[in-house]
Amino acid sequence: MNLSYILLIPFVPLAVFLVLGIFNQKIKPAVSGYVGVAGLAISTLLSYYTAFQYFFVHGKADGVYQTFVDKFIWMHFTESLHIDMGYLIDPISVMMMVVVSTVSLMVNIYSRGYMKGDDGYTRFFAYLSLFTFSMFGLVLATNLFQIYIFWELVGVSSFLLIGYYYTKTSAIAAAKKAFIVTRFADFGFLIGIFIMGYYTGTFDFQELTNPEGVVILNWASTSFMGLSVITWALILIFMGGAGKSAMFPLHIWLPDAMEGPTPVSALIHAATMVVAGVYLVARLFPMFYLVEGGFALQIVAYVGAFSSLFAAIIAITQTDIKRVLAFSTMSQLGYMMMALGVSGFEGHEGVGYMASMFHLFTHAMFKALLFLGAGSVIHAVHSNYLKDMGGLRKYMPVTNITFLIAALAIAGVPPLAGFWSKDEILVAAYENSQFIYYIGVFVAGLTAFYMFRIYFGIFWGKDTKYEHTPHESPSSMTLPLLILAFLTLIAGFVPFSELVTADKTGFEAHLNLPLAAIAVGVGLIGIILAWIFYKKENDLATRFASAFGVFYKWTSHKFYFDEIYFFMARKVFFKSVAAPIAFFDKKFVDGTMEGIGNKTVLVSRKIKAIQSGKVQDYAFGFVAGVVIIAFVFIYIWTN
Amino acid sequence: MDILSLFVIVPILVILALVFSKGLKQARIIAMSGGIIQLGMAINLIFAYIRERAVNNSIMLFTKDLTWFEQMNIHYSIGVDGISVALITLTSIVVLAGVFISWKIEDLPKEFFVSLIVLSTGVYGFFISIDLFTMFVFYEIAVIPMYLLIGIWGSGPKEYSAMKLTLMLMGASAVLLVGILGIYFNSNADGGALTFNILEIAKVNIPFEAQKLFFPMTFIGFAVLGALFPFHTWSPDGHASAPTAVSMLHAGVLMKLGGYGIFRVAMYLLPEGALEWSWFFIILSAIGVIYGAFAALRQTDLKYINAYASVSHLGMVSFALLMLNKTAWNGAILQSLSHGFMTALFFALIGMIYSRTHTRDITKLGGLLKVIPFISAIYVITGLALLGLPGFSGFVAEMNIFMGAFLHDDMFHRVLTIVSISAIVVTAVYVLRVVGIMLMGPVKNTAYLKLPKATWYEKAGVMLLLIPIVGIGVAPLWLSNMILESLEPFIRGVL
Repeated sequence: MNLSYILLIPFVPLAVFLVLGIFNQKIKPAVSGYVGVAGLAISTLLSYYTAFQYFFVHGKADGVYQTFVDKFIWMHFTESLHIDMGYLIDPISVMMMVVVSTVSLMVNIYSRGYMKGDDGYTRFFAYLSLFTFSMFGLVLATNLFQIYIFWELVGVSSFLLIGYYYTKTSAIAAAKKAFIVTRFADFGFLIGIFIMGYYTGTFDFQELTNPEGVVILNWASTSFMGLSVITWALILIFMGGAGKSAMFPLHIWLPDAMEGPTPVSALIHAATMVVAGVYLVARLFPMFYLVEGGFALQIVAYVGAFSSLFAAIIAITQTDIKRVLAFSTMSQLGYMMMALGVSGFEGHEGVGYMASMFHLFTHAMFKALLFLGAGSVIHAVHSNYLKDMGGLRKYMPVTNITFLIAALAIAGVPPLAGFWSKDEILVAAYENSQFIYYIGVFVAGLTAFYMFRIYFGIFWGKDTKYEHTPHESPSSMTLPLLILAFLTLIAGFVPFSELVTADKTGFEAHLNLPLAAIAVGVGLIGIILAWIFYKKENDLATRFASAFGVFYKWTSHKFYFDEIYFFMARKVFFKSVAAPIAFFDKKFVDGTMEGIGNKTVLVSRKIKAIQSGKVQDYAFGFVAGVVIIAFVFIYIWTN
Repeated sequence: MDILSLFVIVPILVILALVFSKGLKQARIIAMSGGIIQLGMAINLIFAYIRERAVNNSIMLFTKDLTWFEQMNIHYSIGVDGISVALITLTSIVVLAGVFISWKIEDLPKEFFVSLIVLSTGVYGFFISIDLFTMFVFYEIAVIPMYLLIGIWGSGPKEYSAMKLTLMLMGASAVLLVGILGIYFNSNADGGALTFNILEIAKVNIPFEAQKLFFPMTFIGFAVLGALFPFHTWSPDGHASAPTAVSMLHAGVLMKLGGYGIFRVAMYLLPEGALEWSWFFIILSAIGVIYGAFAALRQTDLKYINAYASVSHLGMVSFALLMLNKTAWNGAILQSLSHGFMTALFFALIGMIYSRTHTRDITKLGGLLKVIPFISAIYVITGLALLGLPGFSGFVAEMNIFMGAFLHDDMFHRVLTIVSISAIVVTAVYVLRVVGIMLMGPVKNTAYLKLPKATWYEKAGVMLLLIPIVGIGVAPLWLSNMILESLEPFIRGVL
């Protein structure tokens, strides 16, 4: 299987980025939009071709999906430890390429309409291409260091895109926050990589994750505080993944990241970059599962489950539709992490792994659709807030229908995409831990409720009077909506259990009818409740809110996590660490040096008679004196 | 004439030409031509070195030896390995960029360029010397013009800063000289003659007691120039007062003499002393790394921010050198190069911003991205390079340093390594703080709406520095191989 063309998939967007970035001022906006879309279209076609070839033609040998790798040494640390660059083709990387290219292409097409007339139109497309390049690099990485390199690059693209409206103070703050919080997580990630490299002697994914390989068989090399160092490394690497995937308590950047343009939220903060953490855990899954009885994997499961619940609760009370979607994303990412956490490895035991990847795939489609739909609404009413919306179904039929499809999908209504993947996750949870299963079911209900809360709030509810009559978005924006809606309808029928599994062999997945019925039932209850509360304008919701009192207040303030972090950053680090250090530097360190200087001057004043008063003479005398003393000293000492 | 001595002779010829030149226009053309010639020589040297290395296996190549002062066995003795070749190239690039940035210097242009080139002569001489005494002489030649350059062409409290900088560096030189003499008087420990030649001394087993005594002197003597905590305070004031090109040269090149000297003299000649003292200086370096980063967080003057950033980044150089293994040393050299390019570029950009807005206070600036897009965009890129983004040289260097530090698996090294790595977070904070306040946001001062765009010579200076940062960051292998090869004999000497 000749795969060298795969290099084109990341490098075409890179070339687009360089062209648009360097000739930023000279290219006409209309042209740059086409260049961006064309570049992505090439990558998308190649990704689909690869997926077809890999999954259905050449990928399988003896019933097992093969891994194809091509790499070269990029830098040496020691003789045996080096950073490689290259590509790794296996089921999850191919699947991710399809996700990244599809969503990216849709967002590029959509942005041609959404960003029309904006000052930085070309810059926007340049950043999008930079992001897509980095994301492909991340997905195709052959080793931990390569993934870290592209990990940082997607981080910086995210920074640039969140801060795209760079004259807006809130956007700057959000961009900085996103970069710094994920950077903090990456600090853990990096230490994890170093520990892993030091104790296993390799960064290479194939060597690390081979279930029969030395690394996994000999994990108990050294222990630290009762755990193997390899487990520590995995926990630290998961810290990096948790930062990118906005897991509690590193989630605080994601809601603020909604300051970026909406297509960016759809691409980066819903469908692709934020799933990088899930992808990372999946990439190292055999290690997580097999080292020290899966201790690190337990952490993944509980962090995922908690984040999922935590975010779903907050999502209910938010009034900015993009923030509702952001918390929804966090909740769904928690779901994926949870599914990985409860997964086994071989055959049907690995249903959690498969479900996680399946949900990643379907979620990318319907969440991108939700965001782009929200963008279409925001484009029409020029506001992010629910209070400014209502009754829009009359004005925006296409957006209405596509948004409804996506909302039904995320609520888990059959036969849409979300139903299939969510069902598999709940099956996996049920087989592993009842506790996590109940959290999962509860979250499913909450999801349906908050999603239909905004659906009814936007398209039904009160008949808002608009200053300008809203109208349907242009076709460049509705076309991607329709395509994604179509994908949302069919994505659930992709036979994931045969294609993407932990042990790469595939298994027969059955629909577990009782569990599916419970999940669908809970979802419908959520939808019905939302219907009662929000379909027509009424004060039920406000009455409930005041009944919950303090709890409602805490939830709508996102449990005050922003304030806690702000306090830590501003008061603790800036005021109590940085400021005293600056003061100490000025007064003590420099003060001592000045003191020495001033004392010298004082002494010299006293003995001025024998001094000329010229600085050069002082310096000369000083040096000469030391030299003489040194000679005498060394002479005595050497004899 | 041999290929290395030209690096000292060409600048002297340029100085002569400058002495006979008239006015700014002639002076800058001469300085620029000299800079271009030297850059060409440096690039030629890289290729010559690679060719020669393939057939010649000695530690130093292109060696030359002239007796200078026979009674004390002082020689003009020169030679290079991969490390000095890389640093010479760095110097030639920064000098040329510095000339471009000083294109419009008003006061005494001739004298300014002469001082600048005297400084660079000292630096070249230092990097090619393999005789301790000659090296020391060149070191002083490099340091002394600094006093004039800051005192005459500086701004703010320039006399104070110039004095402070010169006195602290002179004090350090004095300590260093004691260390060098200590090495010299012990170079006959195996029964040979006293010598200043580094390669000769390296073969001698200097008694442990002497190593223990002279290592800290040599180390501190060089480390003051490398802004080791707590001897760094000359650097913020010095940089703040210095004119742009001088800050560039000083932070970009002169401070590298510190790390290079530590490596070439202190570590190589006194390895047992290094082992004995490493714990102490590792602590100081690690403090410097994190302390510099936090101090930078609080500053509002761009040059102070960059000066403290240098304390942090050069702390990493000495931290890496003290790890005493090849990976970390490779990182230290790469960090020296990378920091040289980045910080020179930063000072150049700060100079461009200052010459337009007449302030370096970030709280007074705002929204520059809209007004001077080229300069601001490059500033963002350099900031990202500084915070260690992959694709830029800083990442390559830092990863080598950290990995090298991780090769020690005792608690002491682990803890201090993690403390040092945590600086990557703080660095991100102070870089983005400046980007957020100064470049993004609304334009604060309407007078800034009509700032002139970047000129061709400014762009030339900037690109000259940016290309190597990206080059090393994207394809580090050939450079790191060249360095690693040259580290081979040293690592055998030390361990």
